[in-house]
Amino acid sequence: MAGKEVEVRFKVFRFNPKTDFAPRWQEYRVNVDRSTTVLDALLKIKEEQDPTLAIRYSCRQAVCGSCGMMINDKQMLACFTRVLELNSNVVKVAPLKNYRVIKDLVTDFGEVFQKERQVKPYIIRHDVEELLNPTGTYKQKEEELLGYIQFADCIECGMCSSACPVSATDPLYLGPMVLNRAYRFIADPRDLGFEQRLEAIDSEHGCWRCHFAASCSAVCPKGVDPAKAIQLLRRALVKRAVLGISSSKVSELIPMPHIKGKLELPKGWQ
Amino acid sequence: MPDKLEADVLIVGSGLAGLRAAIEAASSDKSIRVAVLTKVHAMRSHSVAYAGGTAAVLYPEEGDSFDLHAFDTVKGSDYLGDQDAIELMVRVAPQEILRLEHWGMPWSRRPDGRVAQRPFGGHSFDRACFAADKTGLYAMQTLYNTTHKYDNIEIFHEWYVTSLLVEDGEFKGVTAIDMKSGEFYAFEAKAGIIATGGAGRLYSFTTYGHSATADGLAMAYRVGIPLKDMEFIQFHPTGLVPQGILISEAARGEGGYLRNNKGERFMKDYAPQKMELAPRDIVSRAMMREILDGRGFPGPNGLDYVHLDLTHLGEEVIDEKLTEIKMIAIKFGGIDPAREPIPVRPVAHYTMGGIHTDTYGRTPVRGLFAAGEAACISVHGANRLGCNSTMECLVYGYLTGKQAAEYVKEKGKSDPSPELVLAEERRVFDGILRGGSGEDPYTIKRELQQTMSDHAYVFRDGDGLSRALKKVRELRQRFGTGRVADKSREFNQNLINVLEIDMMLEVAEVVLVSAIARTESRGAHYRLDYPKRDDANWLKHTLAYRTADGPRLDYIPVRITRWPPAERKY
Repeated sequence: MAGKEVEVRFKVFRFNPKTDFAPRWQEYRVNVDRSTTVLDALLKIKEEQDPTLAIRYSCRQAVCGSCGMMINDKQMLACFTRVLELNSNVVKVAPLKNYRVIKDLVTDFGEVFQKERQVKPYIIRHDVEELLNPTGTYKQKEEELLGYIQFADCIECGMCSSACPVSATDPLYLGPMVLNRAYRFIADPRDLGFEQRLEAIDSEHGCWRCHFAASCSAVCPKGVDPAKAIQLLRRALVKRAVLGISSSKVSELIPMPHIKGKLELPKGWQ
Repeated sequence: MPDKLEADVLIVGSGLAGLRAAIEAASSDKSIRVAVLTKVHAMRSHSVAYAGGTAAVLYPEEGDSFDLHAFDTVKGSDYLGDQDAIELMVRVAPQEILRLEHWGMPWSRRPDGRVAQRPFGGHSFDRACFAADKTGLYAMQTLYNTTHKYDNIEIFHEWYVTSLLVEDGEFKGVTAIDMKSGEFYAFEAKAGIIATGGAGRLYSFTTYGHSATADGLAMAYRVGIPLKDMEFIQFHPTGLVPQGILISEAARGEGGYLRNNKGERFMKDYAPQKMELAPRDIVSRAMMREILDGRGFPGPNGLDYVHLDLTHLGEEVIDEKLTEIKMIAIKFGGIDPAREPIPVRPVAHYTMGGIHTDTYGRTPVRGLFAAGEAACISVHGANRLGCNSTMECLVYGYLTGKQAAEYVKEKGKSDPSPELVLAEERRVFDGILRGGSGEDPYTIKRELQQTMSDHAYVFRDGDGLSRALKKVRELRQRFGTGRVADKSREFNQNLINVLEIDMMLEVAEVVLVSAIARTESRGAHYRLDYPKRDDANWLKHTLAYRTADGPRLDYIPVRITRWPPAERKY
């Protein structure tokens, strides 16, 4: 809990590409205690010293993925980093690398969201009616769940793609965040969409582009290991190419008789 | 004149209810154009943060039933919930669990591969479906991912809606700022669904993310829709001191104890049967009683607390089932829950009240629905049970999405009058951005949050509430039109914050006026000066209408169908 306050210097990257000729570093001094996170400190700056500072933030508990940024030159979540644990009198804060800056610490995720669409990040199946109006549950055993759950822990903070040396040089590379998302679905026994994702992942800007620097996994705040997801994607592609095995999935539907489909709803306001 | 955009169904908010509604509207007809406007990136709405789960009757053959679930909810609501709506909701809920399951939700499973359930406060059967303790993250991901399947859904990330366009009692669209460019748009639509969540940031000690500033409630209120039952704010028993981050009820669901400074499990004196798993209002009052009577521990900034003890559960249970809680305790509290108790205190957690709707989620404005926490149907009455809010989000996301899709089929193009749009543009850009006046908005916000925390918390009384109202009205004066220091267009968060604080002041006044009027204690609204429930005079919903002189209150009856009010004991 709270405790003694110490003054810390913050050097914050400031830039509005629409109006500024070049970025600049601006200094602020903030009092922090042992529970103050970097996000708390930045919000203190914004609310008490300089309301023009732009920061992306929301949940403040490391689950929404908003506040990834470069803190003392490393990709970190601002809300998940206590100022004093940095052991540094000067804290340098800058926007995530490999993304276009919108303003100050806020970067543009538009492109990475577009790339994510390319890998069809959703369950693909043929029983379309069952998907919309279920009559039971697909059976899933604990060990099947363990095959993909780690990769589902991704909060899309985008720090992995920021740390990736390939993403830095190839703007078309899908990047670890998107490839991880693709693998999460491919590894899910309920999904039958492997073939439909090949165009995106089995390409020069797909998983073969990775050269296994593994810096993505090193910066992940949730322990997801996207580098492993990329390796497993490659294994799946090799198995398909060499052995002709693309999918051997079955998921049995366990009927649940009391789940009834139809209900009466009023029409409009009259 | 601002640029125009168009959609058939326009959804404000991208949490569980908003995304669920988008999928339903889009999947019912591929020709319906659905727009989701959200002030954050869509997958970052605060629904990601819930750990606990979603209630639903999955295994009637084992003894659970719709009647039982409905009754638990009615009783939990302290008989203020509308029973027809509650019955509808619990009947639709199981389908929603399965839909999520089919769309990729990693529900925790039974050994036979079916969806597992666990106990939760106030439920008489183990009916909380969960996915480890990251249910919210996974559910949001499942829905957000599934929206990509539909080419007729377009998500407008980081678009801030400033007003609803309503004419002649009909919804015509919204005005919004694209935060990235700062451009202002008129967004025309045939039907709208407000799914902007609750009002938790009215309080300083809160589990809500920074984005829960009650925008949707204020905007609806401003176009003449009443806000219902706003005096009912839920205080969750276990907010981590001092940050307010939620320690999920899962901690007690898995067997955690609450202890006072004598080491006693004090719940034995308040709810001897349910103990720590009594409903939230009861546990929160018990904790505050212990703290006020000197059996708590002293905390920073007056945040005195009790202990949430998980040490007896053992490392294995904590590591397997409570990983998120462990992470929060270690990272934010510096406490290993397997070795030390966690300091907790009741924390603003849920807004039972909200935008007035009928049983089906329709507001009094034609073409406009509300869903999830922003709405008040009311299915939670005076107190919500754990896992019933996410159920409401899914069920009412589904119901409103479906009805909106139906409604727009027979509806011609929407045509909001240009005067309405221009007036809003002048208000925001000439009135506030360029010409704003008043004191520093962030100081006003902090004082507002402190006032609400001091006087509209777990225990309330007429005096304190009246003082708070006076203070909020004074803050309103000092706030002026709102002062913006940042004059730039691009990502002007300072402007957005000022618009938010303006809305918070509006909603806070409604909470206080409604709370002052209700001279009884029911559910989460506990008046020290009126400690008894009073069915003869107060078995009714509060409706607050906006007038130039502040909220005007009116009341409507509770819809009671099968369960006559009885004393609420656990």
